[in-house]
Amino acid sequence: MSKRVGLEASHAAAEAARMADVDVIAAYPITPQTHIPERLAEMVANGELEAAYIAVESEHSALSACLGSAAVGARTFTATAGQGLELMHEVVYVASSMRYPIVMTVCNRALSAPLSVWGDHSDAMAVRDTGWIQVFCQNNQEAFDMTLWAFRVGEDSRVLLPVMVHFDGFSLSHVTEPVILPEQGEVDRFLPKFHYPFALNPDKPMTHGAFGPPDIYSEAKVAQEIALRKSKKVILQGWQEFGDIFGRYYDPVEAYRTEGAKLLLLTMGSFSETAKAAVDAKKDKGESVGLINLRLWRPFPFKELRQVVKGAETLIVFDRCISFGGPGGPVSSEIRSALYNEKKRPMAVSFVGGLGGRDMSVKDFGYIIDRGREVAEEGSSELFETVGIRGKVTGIRG
Amino acid sequence: MAKKKLKTGSDLTWKDMEVGNIVKEAGSASARKTGDWRTERPILDKEKCTKCALCWLYCPDAAIKPTEEGYYEADLDYCKGCGICADICPVEAITMTEEEEQ
Repeated sequence: MSKRVGLEASHAAAEAARMADVDVIAAYPITPQTHIPERLAEMVANGELEAAYIAVESEHSALSACLGSAAVGARTFTATAGQGLELMHEVVYVASSMRYPIVMTVCNRALSAPLSVWGDHSDAMAVRDTGWIQVFCQNNQEAFDMTLWAFRVGEDSRVLLPVMVHFDGFSLSHVTEPVILPEQGEVDRFLPKFHYPFALNPDKPMTHGAFGPPDIYSEAKVAQEIALRKSKKVILQGWQEFGDIFGRYYDPVEAYRTEGAKLLLLTMGSFSETAKAAVDAKKDKGESVGLINLRLWRPFPFKELRQVVKGAETLIVFDRCISFGGPGGPVSSEIRSALYNEKKRPMAVSFVGGLGGRDMSVKDFGYIIDRGREVAEEGSSELFETVGIRGKVTGIRG
Repeated sequence: MAKKKLKTGSDLTWKDMEVGNIVKEAGSASARKTGDWRTERPILDKEKCTKCALCWLYCPDAAIKPTEEGYYEADLDYCKGCGICADICPVEAITMTEEEEQ
């Protein structure tokens, strides 16, 4: 029988990695790291998990060690956050380009300066274009579910891509919530043994990571791009199978009370639950509002997004990251770009908030809905609006 | 090893790319001419050469090959022009010359 236990998202993700029976964990343990590798180290030390735990000297080395581990066909896991992901950056590209199905959880944190390890999405947005499959979790249950699912999808022979599972630093990573843990038998039914078809083996030598001169690099990159886009089919299939076994079904774009709504708010991560409460309160007052929780970030779910916003007049996009000097937050840019060539599209309004651990309350999302509606009707001189900033913000102009 | 005629890079479409651009056949570098970016080439002075084979031993790319006469000369299809052979030669029989002068 599955059991319902209280776990912080970090421990839930560690539990998922344990139940996935990972072979290798390579991680760097110092701040901004989370309890994920800490818990896994305990599990390995006390015999709960039979795996090689490689304690390295930096995040760059952590993911580099993972490359080697995946190259020999070992089920490979790592975790990082914030500045740690930045230090990994070079190798993040290598993992996807070499098609190694590493699973990495990222507890999203702000980037310095000023020095901060609190939550926002700046770290995730800096790795947006690295070619990994990426999902954002809303709560601790999703942190468990997506980590397990990530192995199933990334290791599929039709995919062979690394998967990044994002969940919010502190507000999920360090907060205890009820999580339903499945039985090992169910997990084994969902997740087959990893069989990497190109594992390095001295009996059959081959070259991984060869040089790519100009006459071949472009073709290699296009092949990688097509592979990431084609993974969507397996992503959806993986969520279907997950639901069939565990009873929880997931969509790339979660539509919450969007039916017939004139105004939609789009959020990612744990704030989606807060925003849902704001939408409920507005609905109770008779307002025509709904919420979109964007779960699948890469490959971007164009079809599902266009479908859900079809009837809306206004779409408010909330970002936990600034794209300095750009048109809005990175999510907002993506959403606007995805809808730009649609004949009928909602008016888009961009908001930025919740930076570096600043909380966003139900009231704050209520304000975003009210102010967003106003901007859609009357326009604004600013490219994006901010929420919760002391002092009137002006000067965000094109 | 039997050498198969490989397609050159410009024959390959994106669909021909292996997953992760893996090279599945070991030793495939010998089937491609890899010395085309050399800027200097080693020139052997046979008058000085003692056939000691140190250049052959030290060449990091196995590009130096024995000739029928017992000398050792660089195979320019693979030689990268690193100059290690010239440096190691105890009788200074090898000189590195600018490619452009050839």
